[in-house]
Amino acid sequence: MTSSAVLATVEAAERKGRTRRPRRSAVARRDAIVGYTMVAPVVLGSVAFVIVPLVAVLWFSLHDWNVLANTFVFSGADNYERMLSDPGLRDSLLASLWFSIGLVVLNVTLALFLAVLLNQKLPGTTTFRTFFFSPVVVSLVAWTIVWSFLLQADGGINGFLSLIGIQGPNWLRGDFTAMVSVIIVQVFKNVGLNMILFLAALQGVPEEIGEAARIDGAGAWRRFRSITLPMISPTILLVMILTIVGSLEVFAQIAVLTGGGPGNSTTVLVYYLYQQAFRFNDFGYASAIAVLMFLIVLALTLVQWQTRKRWVFHEN
Amino acid sequence: MRTDVLDTAQELDTRTVVTGRTGLSAEGLTARRRRKWASVGLVALMAVLSIPFVFPTLWMVTSSFKPIGEILQKVPTLWPANPTVEAYGEVFRLQPFAQQYWNSLYIAALVTIGTMLVAAMAGYAFARIRFPGANALFLLVLVGLLVPSEVTIVPLFRFVNGLGLINTHWPLIVIPIFGAPAVLAVFIMRQFFLGLPTELEEAGRMDGLGRWGIFWRIAFPLSRPALAAVAIFTFLKSWNLYLEPIVYLSSKDMFTLPQALTQYVDAYGGPMWNVQLAATTLTVVPVLLVFLFAQKQFVQGLAHTGLKG
Repeated sequence: MTSSAVLATVEAAERKGRTRRPRRSAVARRDAIVGYTMVAPVVLGSVAFVIVPLVAVLWFSLHDWNVLANTFVFSGADNYERMLSDPGLRDSLLASLWFSIGLVVLNVTLALFLAVLLNQKLPGTTTFRTFFFSPVVVSLVAWTIVWSFLLQADGGINGFLSLIGIQGPNWLRGDFTAMVSVIIVQVFKNVGLNMILFLAALQGVPEEIGEAARIDGAGAWRRFRSITLPMISPTILLVMILTIVGSLEVFAQIAVLTGGGPGNSTTVLVYYLYQQAFRFNDFGYASAIAVLMFLIVLALTLVQWQTRKRWVFHEN
Repeated sequence: MRTDVLDTAQELDTRTVVTGRTGLSAEGLTARRRRKWASVGLVALMAVLSIPFVFPTLWMVTSSFKPIGEILQKVPTLWPANPTVEAYGEVFRLQPFAQQYWNSLYIAALVTIGTMLVAAMAGYAFARIRFPGANALFLLVLVGLLVPSEVTIVPLFRFVNGLGLINTHWPLIVIPIFGAPAVLAVFIMRQFFLGLPTELEEAGRMDGLGRWGIFWRIAFPLSRPALAAVAIFTFLKSWNLYLEPIVYLSSKDMFTLPQALTQYVDAYGGPMWNVQLAATTLTVVPVLLVFLFAQKQFVQGLAHTGLKG
């Protein structure tokens, strides 16, 4: 949930940081002491719980480290070489890729669609907004447990399908349907957040432009495609990147819904990392996977910052 | 689009008057009727779309009062035919659920309060106080935004283990308050303080307040909206934490709720659905009720984390 908010806030902070700077104070020295004291907890915390672990994970990744066997031997790039020939890792990257693609496409489309619907000022809009948003505050594991019951072979969803004469699949037992299930459970859980972001963006679109286009004879779809969509494109790109980064961190859903299965069809990168570390006790290899994951997140973030200006419509 | 619909709404309001007029063309009338049906259609569409959002939660609550046989019925019933609270008794009999509930509650409360204080102080200093190295320190904190908690779980586990704090709540409380999860809160607070008019602080300085005085007496109380946002998402994040508890905790009386929910399994490892649903209901409903009563703060708070600024 918060992961999706992270990047947006960095951006916002950066924007504000550029435009406004605190004024220099006359009692600068005493102020500086207070300043250091105030930032000390989070700065020291960042060093202890972010920077040092990040360096440590890089260091660990260069070791052959099995916790049970209690071995900790420097092994250079062995773990990284192993990655290249590890079919499990390849499968987990593919699973992550499919999960991310499915999630982003479904989540962004549905979020935008719901936001447009809610923006129509129809009766009952407030209630529907509450409905669409409510899963966001439902405990993730609880939500997943309920869905895992509904997705059983003889569960609620197939029960409904049988009412209209469809024989539903055993959702969590097929490779493809299990992946679809994980994606769908995740979409309904969090699409409300993206919906709210889109709704805020839609409400920022000046009505005059649409009105002018309407007088010029543009239909509703044309106006949406040529005016609304470009105007909210910064939000669309932002939401997409946030959703992709968030999708890399999907863990509880996989653990509760499929346990990575059937086979390893839903073993995404994070789950593979967890298995290597805490099921097979291979901390060295798990650390190398963690480094890979960090690099992917870093790359996605950089892509976002680079493409932001090129892809996206800006008013100024 | 939006103007279009606003028009529709107005037209709906004045329809009776308008149709009463004689000068109106038949085409205008059908166009209006079509729009009215369009809006009815859209409301119906929203109602259908609500099902996957609302039904699971609703079904969870009602099913927790059903005997197991009724839950396993092929076509799900919404209301229990023979309501029973048997499953709720089992929830507390099979696990120290009250203890686990308290664990989750007190951990989330401490993390929330701690994060609010740490983030408000740091956010204020980064926004308002000029001190050498402020930008560098800010960038250093910023790294936390790039590091998913899964990436550092191995070294953190090693660290916590080295301190002998495995199967205690310390890592679940201290790391979120000072580590990567707090960084977002620092940003939100910083943004808020950047937008706060400096005149208020000038007034405080005139009255002889020092920096701490200005922060505690003026800036901190004024930051309530941002603090509310921080409180809401921090509490929810802690309440929902799953990876960290299963990594750090090993005994049932130390478990937090998300972890405990998955433990209601029979001798063959199959889930005991009615007990699980009762336990999930107890986990979900209080938060959901708070959400319904403070909906505006929740939506604004959570959206605020993504958009404001």
